[in-house]
Amino acid sequence: MTSPLDVRDLLEAPTAANGNGAAARATGGLDGTLSHAVLTGDVRRVAPLAPPRRTRDFGAQGVALLVGSAVSSFAVVWILFYQLTLLSGAFGFGLCWYACFLAVFWVVTNQVVDRSAATDRVITTVVGSCAAVVIGALLYIVIWVFIRGVAHFTIGFLWRTLADYQPAEGTSLFNQVGVGHAIVGTLEQVGLAAAMAVPLAFLTAVFLNEVGGFGTRFVRTIVTAMSGVPSIVAGVFIYAIFIVPHTLGYSGFAAAMALFVLMLPSVTRTTEEVLRVVPGGLREASLALGASEWRTVRQVVLPTARSGLVTAVVLGVAIAAGETAPLIFTAFGANTLNANVFHGPQGALPLVLYQNIFQAQAVVQQVAFTAAFVLLVLVLILFVVARLLGRRSTKKGRLRRIVVAPFHWVKQMVSE
Amino acid sequence: MSTDTLASPAVGHAVPRPITVPNDRSKEDRIFRAVARAAGFTAFAILFLIGFFLLWRGLPALRAMGFRYFTTSGYSTLHKPYHFGALAQMYGTIVTSLVAVIFGVPVAIGTALFINEYAPIQAKRALIAMVDLGAAIPSIIFGLWALHQFQPEITGTTSWMVRHLSFIPLFSASTPPFNGSFFIAGLIVGLMIVPIVASVSREVFSLAPPGEREGALALGATKSQMIRTVVLPFGRGGIIGASMLGLGRALGETIAVYVLLGLDFVISPHILEHGGTTVASFIAAEFGAGGKLGTDDLLMLGFVLFTFTLIVNLIASLIVNRSRSGKGVEL
Repeated sequence: MTSPLDVRDLLEAPTAANGNGAAARATGGLDGTLSHAVLTGDVRRVAPLAPPRRTRDFGAQGVALLVGSAVSSFAVVWILFYQLTLLSGAFGFGLCWYACFLAVFWVVTNQVVDRSAATDRVITTVVGSCAAVVIGALLYIVIWVFIRGVAHFTIGFLWRTLADYQPAEGTSLFNQVGVGHAIVGTLEQVGLAAAMAVPLAFLTAVFLNEVGGFGTRFVRTIVTAMSGVPSIVAGVFIYAIFIVPHTLGYSGFAAAMALFVLMLPSVTRTTEEVLRVVPGGLREASLALGASEWRTVRQVVLPTARSGLVTAVVLGVAIAAGETAPLIFTAFGANTLNANVFHGPQGALPLVLYQNIFQAQAVVQQVAFTAAFVLLVLVLILFVVARLLGRRSTKKGRLRRIVVAPFHWVKQMVSE
Repeated sequence: MSTDTLASPAVGHAVPRPITVPNDRSKEDRIFRAVARAAGFTAFAILFLIGFFLLWRGLPALRAMGFRYFTTSGYSTLHKPYHFGALAQMYGTIVTSLVAVIFGVPVAIGTALFINEYAPIQAKRALIAMVDLGAAIPSIIFGLWALHQFQPEITGTTSWMVRHLSFIPLFSASTPPFNGSFFIAGLIVGLMIVPIVASVSREVFSLAPPGEREGALALGATKSQMIRTVVLPFGRGGIIGASMLGLGRALGETIAVYVLLGLDFVISPHILEHGGTTVASFIAAEFGAGGKLGTDDLLMLGFVLFTFTLIVNLIASLIVNRSRSGKGVEL
């Protein structure tokens, strides 16, 4: 090393400086303190580092460019949209503004910074606004249903039925109606469906993940295909098999069968995903101790995955509770309380909405809104419970964190 | 010397035989395995039964119309001459789903990219939970919202499109009203398929090899260049599969479409016009209206929809499985 070594060059490459041999050789010609500092990897003592230039750099200038382009494009579009072409509609205006904003933002950043930064920032904006649109729309729906529904919600709405209404002078509709019959119906139908689907789904998942062998791939493909069966097809199928030949007639049980068809594949795939993260060592330890496979599954695998399994079930129930299409042909809907799940048409929460959504009268419409509120609260509670249970498994440290999403099994399709 | 003695057994000693370890499963385990396997195959049985019963019960409708069933649109099932078929419904299903995929998939991919690549780590889990929540919101609530909030808001824009973009054949429309069109229904279905498409593509994007990501960044690529050159090419198969899965969902979407679309047999490329129907929403809407033959027709339509979605979903899972992202790339 004959030429004087520029310390900055050395420090630009921190990996080399922190490494042992190369760094020591490179600093051989310099004085002892530096060599020592570099050798021990304590670079900070030597010279202050210039702040690294990061690809994400977005300082005051960036903010100014962003805000400036937004304002200027707003002004331009406002003149074009409302003053020159006499258009209307907030949605259309927003769309034009957005397009104009992207163009202005790109041009300005291109002039002030450089081209790659301009493209990068425009793409970042587009990607960010995609997420904003999706999250915004979903929040909008949830909040809107809450606001519309909560206005006429009373506790009595939960146990009165729609048959209780007697039109009379000076009585408010909302003190006389409720969705008690529908709540009973939904709970019975979904509960029965879960009672049928969950054991079968667990067994299928155990087959796919623990037993294996002949037919695994085939069954997995079939379960995947089944999870794509449209909900209305499940309803029509139960209608064709039970109600057309008059073996069963409209009943909550028929609805439960349809929901069973829909729940089975999703609970199966979620369960399989949960079982997959049970450490293999636990199984091997159990088998090595002489336990049978059945006992291993029953006493080691399933208990280890317990919270994940509960999550899978709760999530399946949450989605089934909101299904409307399969109930039209099976439960049929009713305005009176029918607690007998095996006989006669039965109400359900989604059906109350379905039957009142087109009513012209504002008061009757309000019944639909309030029912929507009750339904959404039910689904949200189940969803949050599923999330919390999925999270609890981490804190115990027994399992890798499993967050079970409504279609978490797709992960397998990607990564198996 | 010592190796020799180890290698060849000493003369006179019997050669030790390998011990056979009994490896038969106990009776309990054989029963367990049989039961689990049987449970696995019930899924197949159910799927088969769905197809079989829908076809069987729907066959009278097909017989009444013959092959014209697939080229006729109408629902006169009560009196002869019968005039009904699946053409308009199938057309509407495909158009609505295409609109949904065209709008839903790019937005979903953008969302997935944002969550995976841009979102701060603290916000990531909350964002994932929010998107997943979209899959749990009942479709009738989407329909209710679309009917009361989204549609009134967007008809201004669609009528604007009709007025100013009607030189494009797709956007021309004859008469108002411009609500209840394939376009609006497609947008809502597009929003409804975002969660599944975003979830699958996010999963695929997260599998893009970190070495190549860092390599691209180290060579001076900006983040968007890195995404374009590493993340998206690695996720291509996954994106296609996710879109197909979304398409499968969109084909079967019933209630939200039923709430929005009118009920007439429109076969026109003018997607902004009022009217049209889809297979699923037609089944829901006409249930009980067409007598015995009408019911058979609905069951046949159910079979058509079932076959359709089954094929799309199988292709989707095949594509996703085949082109596992990053497969065959070693670093």
